[in-house]
Amino acid sequence: MTTASRRPVYLNLLKIKLPIAGIMSIIHRATGVFMFFALPYLIHLLDLSLSGPEGFAEAHAAVHGLVGMVFVFLIMWSLMHHLLAGIRYLLIDVHYGVEKAMAQQTALAVVVAGPILGLLLTGGLL
Amino acid sequence: MSRTASGLKAWAIQRLTAIYIGLFVIYLVGAFTLSPPADFADWKAWMGSPLVSVAMLLFVVSTLMHAWIGVRDVLIDYIRPIAIRATVLGIVALSLIAMGLWAAQALILVRLV
Repeated sequence: MTTASRRPVYLNLLKIKLPIAGIMSIIHRATGVFMFFALPYLIHLLDLSLSGPEGFAEAHAAVHGLVGMVFVFLIMWSLMHHLLAGIRYLLIDVHYGVEKAMAQQTALAVVVAGPILGLLLTGGLL
Repeated sequence: MSRTASGLKAWAIQRLTAIYIGLFVIYLVGAFTLSPPADFADWKAWMGSPLVSVAMLLFVVSTLMHAWIGVRDVLIDYIRPIAIRATVLGIVALSLIAMGLWAAQALILVRLV
């Protein structure tokens, strides 16, 4: 059986043109991994804010600084993309939105809504 | 347990935890946006109330399980050599347990003081 090993393999990531659902799927993974790496800082903020009035003020100041605001935006974008993409996957599990046209539309909607909701929530939260 | 059943179990846990995390995140973000805690006393009263506290602890456990299954799937896709894969998976597992205990400690301590 040499057939399998002779198949052409073409994995130039810069030249592969992914469909929108593929792009959405990669962002779902990337946001998940990003939020995993953000967990220690998020727990640190929770711990700090619950440690007392000084800690609360410190945590409040941290998320209201420039770097903190960018961080909150990235977390909110990730969270919203991951949540919306997750809802889309659950709907596909129950056979809703499986057809190509619908699947492409919902994937595009998730990719576009993520940063918009992220920005709105960052504004609403801070 | 067979490999198929174990994969199916992970699939089911990923969805069950996703539903809880999703609903709770919507509640958290909503509550924070509509009535943000004014000061420490306010924040402590909210996070220290029995219902929110237990819901937060359940959120922590759900997030850790969800993150474990998700990160595990990504690592198994990208790390082929078994020794490196096992080492990284071990580090991730211990890190997640440590983070869970850290968060739980903060949430429980605030109810005691």
